[in-house]
Amino acid sequence: MKKLKVILGIMAIALVTLTVFSCKDTKKSDDSKNENHMEMNDSTINHSDDENMEMNHQNMQNDNTMDGSQKSSKISAILDNYLQIKNALVADDTEKAATAGKNLYTAFDQFDSSSIVEAQKKEVNEILDAAREHAEHISGNSGKMEHQREHFEILSKDVEDLIAITGTDRKLYQTFCPMYNNKKGAIWLSEYKEVKNPYYGSKMMTCGTVKKEI
Amino acid sequence: MKVLKIILLVVLLALLGIQFIPTTRNQIDIVPSTDLMEVYNVPEQVEIIFKTSCYDCHSNNTYYPWYNKIQPASWMIQNHIKKGKAELNFNEFGSYSERKRKSKFKSILSQVKDGEMPLASYTWIQRDAKLSENEKKAIEDWINKMLEDL
Repeated sequence: MKKLKVILGIMAIALVTLTVFSCKDTKKSDDSKNENHMEMNDSTINHSDDENMEMNHQNMQNDNTMDGSQKSSKISAILDNYLQIKNALVADDTEKAATAGKNLYTAFDQFDSSSIVEAQKKEVNEILDAAREHAEHISGNSGKMEHQREHFEILSKDVEDLIAITGTDRKLYQTFCPMYNNKKGAIWLSEYKEVKNPYYGSKMMTCGTVKKEI
Repeated sequence: MKVLKIILLVVLLALLGIQFIPTTRNQIDIVPSTDLMEVYNVPEQVEIIFKTSCYDCHSNNTYYPWYNKIQPASWMIQNHIKKGKAELNFNEFGSYSERKRKSKFKSILSQVKDGEMPLASYTWIQRDAKLSENEKKAIEDWINKMLEDL
């Protein structure tokens, strides 16, 4: 009887290790797909040793690294879910916003910052760290739409700053609502040029102007 | 009737039993250099408000009420502190990135304004933690000033 238990135990451990390893493997193959891309970054790291590098220069480097579709597909998951939250808030749908918030949290978690140039890694990690919290609050506050909107406002800035570093192959519009946040105003990112306000929803659907195309 | 008695007895025994389970206390002796008050020049009024109304759950040091000695109250308090600290820890404010500080300031502002914080269940017993309109205003003014600089 005791033997049986030991055998069962060993089998369980083996099963767990197997699953863990198989998970790791898929991640690895993901990385190897990315290799191309990483090499490209490596060559740019040498240039970027000087941290006071001009912003333009940095942007140029980003453009270079943006050719690979791997990275943009990773930022894609973030943008997809961000835009889903935005559209849910436009539609005053707090539950949908919460679900998308949960998915966005996962997308932030799975975002691989290893392909980001060294000089910008710290900032990217800070953005991910802060943005994750907002995603968490949006997902955990179904029914409290105003609370979700408050976090969406700060999140929008985080996502904007993130894609300023990673770049994106998508066309996005930065839209500005001057009324939100105690009339201090707030931005959001949209896939449409047409203004549909996520901060006020049906109350003030068309409040806002497109400021920038990204 | 007999069944009811047995149930009551079991509950009573369970209540007695859990009193012996030790809980960890949220207390430190030295205020870390990353504390909000060390990092910023906080006006005295705001400092006092924060310390009376927020620090019990949002720092590594809690002034425990007497009923903390009794279970299950102790667990509930412990749980609040754990959640509170995960969300915002004033003792670690200095270690937050500028982005995070800004976001936390904004959240404090809206939570206080909406009366979500301090928690009603906390101010219900800790009467002095309840914020008056004046105190709310003091917090809002200071945070708005901080947000301009950040």
